[in-house]
Amino acid sequence: MKKNFKLSIYFLIPFIGIIFFKFISKNPLEKTFIIQKDSNVLNTEFNSQKIGNIDFNFDVKPILSDKCYTCHGPDDKARKANLRLDVKDDFYKSLENENHFVIDKKNPEKSELLKRISSQDVGYLMPPPESNLKLTSREKNILRNWIEQGGQWDKHWSFNKPSLPKIPKSIFKNWATNEIDFFISTNLEKYGMKPSEVEKKEILLRRISFDLTGLPPTIKEIDAFLSDNSNDAYEKVVDNLLASKSYGERMASIWMDLARYGDSHGYQDDTERIMWPWRDWVIHAYNKNLPYNEFISWQLAGDMIPNATKEQILASGFNRNHKITQEGGVIPEEYRVEYVADRAVTTSKVMMGLTVECARCHTHKYDPITHKEFFSFYSFFNNVEEDGIIAYGDLAPKPNFTIEKKDIESELDFVSLPDSIKKVTLMVMKESENLRKTFVLNRGSYDSPTEMVEPGTPEVVLPFDSNKYDKNRIGLVEWFFDKDNPLTSRVAVNRIWQQFFGIGIVSTPDDFGSQGSKPTNPDLLDWLAYTYQNDDKWDTKKFIKRIVMSSTYKQSSKVKQQNLDIDPDNIYLAHYPRQKLSAEMVRDNALASSGMLVSKIGGPSVKPMQPDGLWDEVTGGGGGSLAFYVQDTGENLFRRSLYTFWKRTVPPPSMMIFDAPTRDFCVAVRQKTSTPLQSLALMNDPQYLLAAEHLSNKIFNDSQINNNEKIIKLYRTVTGRKPNNIELDKLNKFLNEVITVNKKNAKEAFVSLAVLIYNLDETTQKS
Amino acid sequence: MEEIHKHFLNNNRRNFLKKAGLGIGGLALGSLIDPLNFGKNTDPFSVLGNKALNLPHFAPKAKRIIYLFQSGGPSQLDLFDYKPKLNQLRGSDLPESVRKGQRLTGMTSGQANFPLAGSIYNFKQYGESRAWVSDLMPYVGKIADELCFVKSMHTEAINHDPAITFFQTGSQQPGRPSMGSWMSYGLGSLNNNLPSFVVLLSNGTGRPKGQPLYSRLWGNGFLSSLHQGVQFRSAKDPVLYLKNPDGVSASERRKMLDYLAELNHEQEASFGDPEISNRIAQYEMAYRMQTSVPETMDISNEPDHILQMYGPNAQKPGTYAANCIQARRLIEKDVRFVQLYHMGWDQHENLPTQIKGQSSDVDQPTAALIMDLKQRGLLEDTLVVWGGEFGRTNYCQGNLTETNYGRDHHPRSFTIFMAGAGVKPGFSYGETDDIGYNIVKDPVHVHDLQATILHQFGIDHTKMIYKHQGRRFRLTDVHGEVNKSLLS
Repeated sequence: MKKNFKLSIYFLIPFIGIIFFKFISKNPLEKTFIIQKDSNVLNTEFNSQKIGNIDFNFDVKPILSDKCYTCHGPDDKARKANLRLDVKDDFYKSLENENHFVIDKKNPEKSELLKRISSQDVGYLMPPPESNLKLTSREKNILRNWIEQGGQWDKHWSFNKPSLPKIPKSIFKNWATNEIDFFISTNLEKYGMKPSEVEKKEILLRRISFDLTGLPPTIKEIDAFLSDNSNDAYEKVVDNLLASKSYGERMASIWMDLARYGDSHGYQDDTERIMWPWRDWVIHAYNKNLPYNEFISWQLAGDMIPNATKEQILASGFNRNHKITQEGGVIPEEYRVEYVADRAVTTSKVMMGLTVECARCHTHKYDPITHKEFFSFYSFFNNVEEDGIIAYGDLAPKPNFTIEKKDIESELDFVSLPDSIKKVTLMVMKESENLRKTFVLNRGSYDSPTEMVEPGTPEVVLPFDSNKYDKNRIGLVEWFFDKDNPLTSRVAVNRIWQQFFGIGIVSTPDDFGSQGSKPTNPDLLDWLAYTYQNDDKWDTKKFIKRIVMSSTYKQSSKVKQQNLDIDPDNIYLAHYPRQKLSAEMVRDNALASSGMLVSKIGGPSVKPMQPDGLWDEVTGGGGGSLAFYVQDTGENLFRRSLYTFWKRTVPPPSMMIFDAPTRDFCVAVRQKTSTPLQSLALMNDPQYLLAAEHLSNKIFNDSQINNNEKIIKLYRTVTGRKPNNIELDKLNKFLNEVITVNKKNAKEAFVSLAVLIYNLDETTQKS
Repeated sequence: MEEIHKHFLNNNRRNFLKKAGLGIGGLALGSLIDPLNFGKNTDPFSVLGNKALNLPHFAPKAKRIIYLFQSGGPSQLDLFDYKPKLNQLRGSDLPESVRKGQRLTGMTSGQANFPLAGSIYNFKQYGESRAWVSDLMPYVGKIADELCFVKSMHTEAINHDPAITFFQTGSQQPGRPSMGSWMSYGLGSLNNNLPSFVVLLSNGTGRPKGQPLYSRLWGNGFLSSLHQGVQFRSAKDPVLYLKNPDGVSASERRKMLDYLAELNHEQEASFGDPEISNRIAQYEMAYRMQTSVPETMDISNEPDHILQMYGPNAQKPGTYAANCIQARRLIEKDVRFVQLYHMGWDQHENLPTQIKGQSSDVDQPTAALIMDLKQRGLLEDTLVVWGGEFGRTNYCQGNLTETNYGRDHHPRSFTIFMAGAGVKPGFSYGETDDIGYNIVKDPVHVHDLQATILHQFGIDHTKMIYKHQGRRFRLTDVHGEVNKSLLS
């Protein structure tokens, strides 16, 4: 009775009363488990019978890592009872006497581990109550079952090199287009689901256009696709989009988050910097389809390549995108250490999907990365002749690189230097002649050097064989692209997958370690990783084409109730996951669909419309050229959003409101939220109003078509599809009411209609 | 209720239950979304047996907070920490035995000597508590019996950016959520038409071109952006894009929203995407904010005697005084966390002149705010905190003359004060040495203060965690002790 009463509250609260929830952990095991127990979702106690075969990596390791490694993990300074549960030997070792084992394979019940986790004695219980950590009964059952099933240990999954998995047989083989679909549909079959049919052409075209170019299709493109009944109609679209210049812009806008790109230095007074020629290079590199291994090598070590080209030197600007301080009075070395650490952390996240920053202060609590290994890795980036504190107004602190007109007329023709500027200087990497000695810094602090270290990488990933690799960034790059490196290709393909499906196969693209999520489809991940590296030879366009040609990608986004019940988060992809447009896409969609977009590529960052006073109310007049926001005029107001000037301490509101990161540091996955601030921006930001006005006037003034046709054209231009009759009826009604009730003339009312359509859910989503 | 609305509530609830049933922790409420209000929100937790955050951990003393952040580092030696000895020793060099290797900023580390500089301002004892307050803060002095001074604050950073980031987020490097975001995440919202974390900025007259602020200071870090601080500005749009454009009446806007909802429901029927109803709700919250925010910001109905209480700048939008009135109004509307920033306390030179202007900005309005809250019965469960990111040195930066001196940043000791919500009134805690350099009794670290503030909200700072990139994060990192001596 009481329960029912509580539930009924939901029906009584105002309509707006929506519960917001989020997950802290996305462990596929938990989901798999729920799938089996879906009828009992309200029951949080699970019984052991439901647990099937236990896999150490997928089932046991996440529990040990999360609940035990703080004291029994890799960090020997924090280790208690001289017991570590992250290495094989310790699991089976005997404790006080020979009959007393951590894990007793012969007599599971006698295993110390089991006794400890189920003890009633708080002094004996593990984890201890004061840790604030607690095992759920399901977790206890998993540990018990694992031991009963033999207690097998295995190396962490992502540190095993990916092999080429066998393509599974699938009962949905008629649905499948390529290998990806076999992996996906086998999983669906396993959980009692079916893949979805192919998406409607209009919706599919909008999806693929945004995914590959960040822009919506034009009506002309929609009509062409709708009338093309050839078998390869879709493939032709894909090829065209991959070949368009906008492809590079779309790819670059994702890379800029990882590269923590900004147009200001980021700390304190946050003065201006010049890095945009590097951004132009990224667009160019994607468009010319520079293979991923070169794309990375140039960015991490382009300056060190023998007889490096200007393009390669320019590419190395990647690792100068970190923040730099000009705050008077700071201790330069304290900040120089921050910059080097930022490079190490960013490179690790981008290339290995490992969060190594914990190991800056102490040996990692969860992953086998030691304090010393962090500083070995750090030492690769510690030889730059740079200043910890830079002069006020320094646009490109040393080491830097100047691009002159003559370079642009030849090798660097992709750098979009305005006619009025003769040359441009930006930051790049440059190795110092005198190599700096690197020391382990106690607690990560600049003033506590201890032991000297040599360049190296985390042993557990792949040993850094100094006979094979030079001990510098060139050697590091070779190590990343060694055939035996287990992480490079996995991390790369997972990020590309995330670009198309919203969530990676590993939902934590920046954490492939013990605490990260496990792959929802490990064989698919390995197949993709293997294929990208070996078959496609790091050809990114070729690889992307595989994904977007798959039936999995082309599926309808319609959610089916039976699938929702089994897999509410759609992690197994029984349908295409509908997603929010990125911040850039939301604005670019308005600009492009209204016809206002200026599709020029590259050049200095621009300052489009933003509310007055946002900069000066925090800068207090400091910040040099960035003390006040001086809005651009003309074309610069309507450039694609990746060109919007990025002042880190006051980032552009039209981007931040829609979940863009601050660019203070490397970010591999953006938040996905819905907030009232987003609604306000879409309703009232003058940029969107201008787009609505521009588009609606254009259509309204078209004397060739009648009123209904005008509404349809407006709707199609913005959403990419024709409205159905119910929708058309509502749009008509709204238009009439604005005229009759709100006393607007027909033309004004048509603007109101455009505003309404720009605010539709479908407009801001990729279906 | 409309049939269709019921349908969406039902749908949404079903989806919620399904997801929550996954046994995954971390059910949280947004600052910006209108959830069920806080009290009711415990229900879905218990229905589901979701342990989630299980907040509050114990009965809270505070429901709301106003944090009056004095950005730049006010000089404790010229305001609250009375050191006559410093005046006696004026001009003599700070002995290394006192400095004990304290690292100095690059602005004074090159000085040949460190001449001690007493304050040129006089101090008086106020109230029954006999608290020492300088002549720069007469109004604050008069309410000293309401205040709890902490004279033994200390921090780790010696420069603004890391120090202020440390105070707001518990870490010197950017990237973590600010305190207001943590509270929104942990406790949710108390109202359903305003954000639960609101930010107000003002520029000081002491040093007008002072050091800047950064919007990440009120950022949500790795928490959902639903928990971000929302800046209420003195500009024509108090919240970005709040106002309907010219030519769009409220009735037309309402109509648009109704049609928008209908069309979005159509889309939900065709796509089956349960998130659509959530996004419809965001539009409704936005619509309510369009009324509630201007209503809150409009002080035209404030009586004269109240405006006078806050001093001559009370009606000048964007001033500290005007922001103090706004803060009180927001608290009356049950906004949980009001964060003010007053810039301009970074007085390296000409301190005597600069601090005079700066103090006059804040003295009367701060005292008025506290007493205004008190007379409305709001001080009981509203915590007020006043203070900056560090203190200032007892030695002079630059030339010391009869009437002029400057002070550099000083992390080792400084003063803040609090009032309301279960902190001890008329109380002074901690002591520095005779010359105001080192703490000699009862040090309070930034993490201790953060732990203590959370404690007043019924939050055990070691238990309010968020797991990000595999690590459990908290506001106080792995440090901090609740200081019960400060609590009544």
